[in-house]
Amino acid sequence: MNHPASTVTTIARPQTHTLESAEQYAIEARNLSIYYGDFRAVKDVNLQIQKQKITAIIGPSGCGKSTMLRSFNRMNELVPTAWAEGEVLYHGQNLYAPDVDPVEVRRRIGMVFQKPNPFPKSIYENIAWGARINGFKGNMDDLVEESLRDAALWDEVHDKLDQSGLSLSGGQQQRLCIARAISIKPDIILMDEPASALDPIATLKIEELMRELVQNYTIIVVTHNMQQAARVSDFTAFFTMDEDRAGYLKEFGHTEQIFTNPKDKVTEDYITGRFG
Amino acid sequence: MTRETLDRRIRHLLDEILLLDSMVEQSISASVVALKSRDMEAARRVYAGDQQINSRRFALENETMVVLATQQPIMAHDLRLLASILEITGELERIGDYGKGIAKIALILGDQPPVKPLIDLPRMAAIGVEMLHKAISAFVSGDADAARAIPVMDDQVDQLYNDVYHELVQIMIQDPRTIDRANYLMWAAHNLERMADRVTNICERTIYLVTGELKEVQPTDDEFLARHP
Repeated sequence: MNHPASTVTTIARPQTHTLESAEQYAIEARNLSIYYGDFRAVKDVNLQIQKQKITAIIGPSGCGKSTMLRSFNRMNELVPTAWAEGEVLYHGQNLYAPDVDPVEVRRRIGMVFQKPNPFPKSIYENIAWGARINGFKGNMDDLVEESLRDAALWDEVHDKLDQSGLSLSGGQQQRLCIARAISIKPDIILMDEPASALDPIATLKIEELMRELVQNYTIIVVTHNMQQAARVSDFTAFFTMDEDRAGYLKEFGHTEQIFTNPKDKVTEDYITGRFG
Repeated sequence: MTRETLDRRIRHLLDEILLLDSMVEQSISASVVALKSRDMEAARRVYAGDQQINSRRFALENETMVVLATQQPIMAHDLRLLASILEITGELERIGDYGKGIAKIALILGDQPPVKPLIDLPRMAAIGVEMLHKAISAFVSGDADAARAIPVMDDQVDQLYNDVYHELVQIMIQDPRTIDRANYLMWAAHNLERMADRVTNICERTIYLVTGELKEVQPTDDEFLARHP
């Protein structure tokens, strides 16, 4: 990973609505390769993520889906041997530039993980804690309620906000994690297999929630579940592996096109279950 | 809140079925009016308008395929509904073709002298359109009882078709110069008779949608077979 320089600056938010609306993409990978030591896990990816849409990343195990996802908020850096080549452009700025603060990146580009991971604190504190750390100065009760409502959890927990987040069901815990992620008002939410630990009903609830959230956020989701990608996403990026085991982007397009008429035979073989 | 996307998309498909149906009903009604009133301009409009019906059908078919592929409604009622939509869009498009066919006959006959005043053909069209309207309403509202009641109306259409047939045969026997024109009218009547049969197919899909049972509502006429050994 490019090492952050000693002087850290924060990423400037766009100053005007004109600039905001002029930008077509929420985030964009350019010639991005990601390595773990000598091993190239993902190679030469060019991928443009549309604003306020859900983009699903699908592909067989080991094709670098999660690595790709984590590259969008520099989460790969938490692996000591990981490093990147190329660029990830966010509001025109390369997130891997030496003066960019990865903590600020992760504030703007939040993440929800495969296994729900609420803090061992009350439901209320699960929201309030992160907000406080991020310097939130407004009305905390309002923020907690708004975040839980936006995550479609408020009706189920409003009368037990002081109970532990861990006392909730798996699906509720995951929605609590989503509430926590959106409480700090990110631009983009990355989701790594957000429903794979949940039962079918809880899974569908998460999917419907994603459709709600995408009205205000850009979502990138990695999923092993092709049906889920088909149901929930607007765009689909299909990754596969080369002979050297490096993952690469094979086909990208509107989800409807990918699942009804993929252009590439390998994509077709994957989505129809012939391999992977 | 677990399947809002699928439900929203199904509602949209059903709205599209209603729209396609209204275009087809209009095509049948307008074609027979054009034939009766010898309105070439109206006939031309119906003939050309069939393209819009066809493209709407393709769009609806494509949208249904996208819903199947992306929402995977592969169980029970959902699956029967999507499969029935595919079937019914085909039936509607074919009925639209009958309207186009009648408009074509209106254009071919042009201002040649009429072989007879058209009374029964408009009646057949009116019953056919009423049957179609009721059948699509029954499908969209998932009303199997209503669907079962509609095919009985087909008997009236068949009766009128027989009347038209015999009347036209008489006219042809009396004046062979009418054969060409009368034969075209026979085709128009045949189109309307087939339309009612296709409406019956739509009713069968509604019954299938609700009950899961695939069977004919107008079984084979054994008496007819007995009369024709």
